[in-house]
Amino acid sequence: MSFIDLSKNEVQCKIVYYGPGRGGKTTNLLYLHQALTDSVRGKMVTIDTKGDRTLFFDFLPLALGQIQGLSIKIQLYTVPGQVMYNATRKLVLKGVDGIVFVADSLKVQKEKNVESLENLRQNLAEDNIDIKEIPLVLQYNKRDLGGSNIPILSVEELQEDLNKELQVSSFSGSALKGDGVFETLREISKGTVKYVSRKLLSR
Amino acid sequence: MDLVLSKESIDNIISVLDEDLLRAGADCALLVDRSGNLIVNRGDPATLDVVALAALSAANFGATAEIAKLIGEDDFALLFHKGKNENIHFSKVGKGFILITLFGKDVSLGLIRLNTARVTDTLIPILGGEQ
Ligand SMILES: Nc1nc2c(ncn2[C@@H]2O[C@H](COP(=O)(O)OP(=O)(O)OP(=O)(O)O)[C@@H](O)[C@H]2O)c(=O)[nH]1
Ligand SMILES: [Mg+2]
Repeated sequence: MSFIDLSKNEVQCKIVYYGPGRGGKTTNLLYLHQALTDSVRGKMVTIDTKGDRTLFFDFLPLALGQIQGLSIKIQLYTVPGQVMYNATRKLVLKGVDGIVFVADSLKVQKEKNVESLENLRQNLAEDNIDIKEIPLVLQYNKRDLGGSNIPILSVEELQEDLNKELQVSSFSGSALKGDGVFETLREISKGTVKYVSRKLLSR
Repeated sequence: MDLVLSKESIDNIISVLDEDLLRAGADCALLVDRSGNLIVNRGDPATLDVVALAALSAANFGATAEIAKLIGEDDFALLFHKGKNENIHFSKVGKGFILITLFGKDVSLGLIRLNTARVTDTLIPILGGEQ
């Protein structure tokens, strides 16, 4: 849930990176953390990690400057993608204002992407949020593997599997190299701030 | 779902935290919501990352609530961690908020408990009552 502090003209929103295990959610935050300056980002918190698998969540707060006189504070979270951690995912999703779905381009992950998106839809529905209402952006990650000998899904295939019905913005990217990471963040932040302020105006 | 607080409400929250907690000896008092937003922080958190503390406290409370369900409780109303020099006390404010109080070893837990209960009663109507 967003919080607006009229004494500081500040809005705080929560954006969650969701998607299948090992898809690159944590890598997105790590890239942002090292690429952004201190004045924009706060400290990154990673709790409960086993190897590089997230067991609870990662957290990165950002101060994105001013939009129409409001200063924008955004909290980025990642969920654990592994199927068995659904209770934790639900916890992290609490009060979410915008979502980045990080899909894995690896061919072997085709089904996992679809399952994870379906899991997101269900978890949101349990909190009375319609996946078609909340700001959502897709990121097709690991595009840097194109041309290697690892089989990957085409962007068309990913669109067909994940975005046929939703019709939201999507970005090809490589969280490892930083491609598409900022574009994804910019789009979801814009959408989320718009969504939050529209809800405000209709109060 | 979203929370909008006027300057007046924020000022009210600040004065309640200052009077009932800081003046009673607490080092720091923070109000956060259960999705991890930091609503107000008071005291001297110079060396403290309050934004991270807000996020972690919300998650901690959420996880503990799940544990409560597993053992057939609804929720735990408060959590307390005792350190060598600094103690931290978390308590629920309505359904949606958490009050975090940091205090040193020369302040009694009983006093903090008593005052947090009073603060909670004052905060609930400011935060929208229906909580
Ligand atoms: N080649 C390539 N590898 C990537 C990319 N993004 C992430 N990886 C690698 O994929 C692995 C998993 O990445 P993470 O960011 O930990 O994945 P996650 O989505 O956070 O996974 P969980 O925490 O288990 O849900 C790591 O070894 C990353 O280095 C990418 O764009 N390209
Ligand atoms: Mg991770």
